[in-house]
Amino acid sequence: MSTAIVTPPETFNEAAFNAFLEQRDDPEWIIELRKKAFAIYNEKLCEPLDPEEWKRVDLRIFQPDKFALSADKPAGNKLDTQLQGEAEFKGQVTHENGHCTSSQIDASLVEQGVVFGDLSALVHTHREILEPYFMTKAVAPDRDRFAAWHAAFWTGGTVLYVPKNCSVEAPLHSLIALTQAGAADFSHTLVILEDNASATLLEETLSGDENSPGLHLGCVELIVGKDANLRYVQLQNWNQKTYHFAHQAGLVESNGFMQWTVSALGAKLAHVHQDVVLNGRGSIGEVNGVTFATDKQKISYYTQQTHNAEQTRSDLLYKEVLRDKSRVVWRGMIKVDKKAQLTDGYQRSDALMLSDTARADAIPGLEIEADDVRCTHGATAGQVDEEQVFYAMSRGLSRYEAMHMIVEGFFQTVYDRIPVEAVRKTLSDAVVQKLGIGD
Amino acid sequence: MTSLLKIENLHVNVEETPILKGVNLEVKAGEIHALMGENGSGKSTLAYALAGHPKYTITEGTVELDGANLNELDPSERARLGLFLAFQYPVTIPGVKVADFLRHAISNIRNPDRKEGEGLVPMREFRKELKEQMGSLDMKTEFARRYLNEGFSGGEKKRMEILQLAMLKPKFAILDETDSGLDSDAVRFVSEGLTKLTGPEMGVMIITHHERLLQYNIPQYAHVMMGGRIVETGDVSLAEEIHNEGYTALRERHPEAAAEQEQVEAVTQ
Repeated sequence: MSTAIVTPPETFNEAAFNAFLEQRDDPEWIIELRKKAFAIYNEKLCEPLDPEEWKRVDLRIFQPDKFALSADKPAGNKLDTQLQGEAEFKGQVTHENGHCTSSQIDASLVEQGVVFGDLSALVHTHREILEPYFMTKAVAPDRDRFAAWHAAFWTGGTVLYVPKNCSVEAPLHSLIALTQAGAADFSHTLVILEDNASATLLEETLSGDENSPGLHLGCVELIVGKDANLRYVQLQNWNQKTYHFAHQAGLVESNGFMQWTVSALGAKLAHVHQDVVLNGRGSIGEVNGVTFATDKQKISYYTQQTHNAEQTRSDLLYKEVLRDKSRVVWRGMIKVDKKAQLTDGYQRSDALMLSDTARADAIPGLEIEADDVRCTHGATAGQVDEEQVFYAMSRGLSRYEAMHMIVEGFFQTVYDRIPVEAVRKTLSDAVVQKLGIGD
Repeated sequence: MTSLLKIENLHVNVEETPILKGVNLEVKAGEIHALMGENGSGKSTLAYALAGHPKYTITEGTVELDGANLNELDPSERARLGLFLAFQYPVTIPGVKVADFLRHAISNIRNPDRKEGEGLVPMREFRKELKEQMGSLDMKTEFARRYLNEGFSGGEKKRMEILQLAMLKPKFAILDETDSGLDSDAVRFVSEGLTKLTGPEMGVMIITHHERLLQYNIPQYAHVMMGGRIVETGDVSLAEEIHNEGYTALRERHPEAAAEQEQVEAVTQ
């Protein structure tokens, strides 16, 4: 699959594409974009994927024709969300099997000009806001086969637009769910913060049950204007039958700040391409990653921190815990353009292995063209320290309890970087749940 | 019934090397024993073997706590029966807050049948107790929110061991060189802390090769280890003799044990 394939999968071929366009009610400008993207998709299928990004990801198990976009809008199932109830949200958007099933925004935000809702609806009403950014700057359709595939078939997604000088204090919530066997979700998250705006968006993905296979082929675009401040969180918690692919990119302008937290707990096979692009002088991008892989899960990250301007700072910390026969791959790159002097780039990945049969690969990298920079990278992988286990047991903790406490402590240093209490708690609860404590 | 820790003919290997070669010792609740000896005599091995460190294998003999054989029990089970080891080198557990760790620990010690995930000691009760104990050990309450031993100074780590001792209230406490590496103020703090905790309910074994800790906590018994055995037992005057005159005379009195000790040192270095 990472090699070239000529024929598109049956559920995403030309007939399927035309049927998909038929059943949607897209405006003309979107239809044009989709058609262009579909042509690119067909071209890209004939090209191999970038080996640097894909050589450690085994796509042979992924059969896309087992999944199809569903024309039927679900009735709106009750979903077991992790974040709901943990904080008071000023807006909430839910997508299920690619369809938006609910969308709310607090009236006070509407008054300030904030837009928060479903992309499929907003392309009709807010073209002037969306068109300059939608798959033009952060993730272009011609990036690779997955980007083009998404651009042709995107199903909906959450849009957040915050106008200039507007500060949204309370967090907003986006939920993406798959609730039907064989369902696909191609949701697109687009966040646009104008200059000096600020907001927090908490997004989570989940499955309706443990056993229904699903496909998510998503895209996240984060646009952070000058002096703007964005906190974006994505908690990936699909069931272990779901495939998760995503292109995610955040662009930050001068003196803007982006704090981006990703967690990967679910999925059978996940590959996320995450880009932090610091375009403006003095901009800052912070990335926090929490991954907990068990069973036969395969989770792969390809991260890039691109410094295009002077005095920019990026700081990426990924923490991974692996158990059973799981596998985690992290390929990280810091790129510093020659004009990006006095930048500070940092990347680190720490893996904690709970089983001999798990495997973690961490490959950090630097490409630096400027000559006055500070860039640091590091990666560690290790077993749980038996001396720590012994110490905790000598205080009455059982072996498992000691291991679990050590795992939670291992993640704590990432939690400490996350200022949103609801996220810290949700992550910690999800890890505890996955550890199976109390079973 | 007075609690009894009974060590009988204990032989312990570390990996393949025999270190303890027949230790006999009985500690009753309310007693303070000093265990002295040079480096390599087997003091710390005895401490780790009693606590159940997986690298220390009992090859012969038994350890019993109130009649229960500890040989086959894991460290957690031993702790729940009332054994406590204050570590010479306390272990750092990053990201785990002192308060969370201690709350789990006392929940297990006070409810030995507790399974993971079952109820913890109520928060309010726990906090009150922790605050009191920290106060009496002159520790700042912010310690409770710090990560266990992370970035602690030597003295802070040792004080943290004493705090755990105070919270867990074991039947038997083994203090493995709690006074080593500390300046005299820090020794005073841990010694006074220990003095407040000792009483008729607890038996204490103080492992040391100095006598400083013993000035504050006067032992009824002093034992000297050499070559993996206890070669002499006496009262506090034995500890004083060693402090004043060193081990030369002892080595002359026990040439075989002294020779064995040198042999072990040669192997382990």
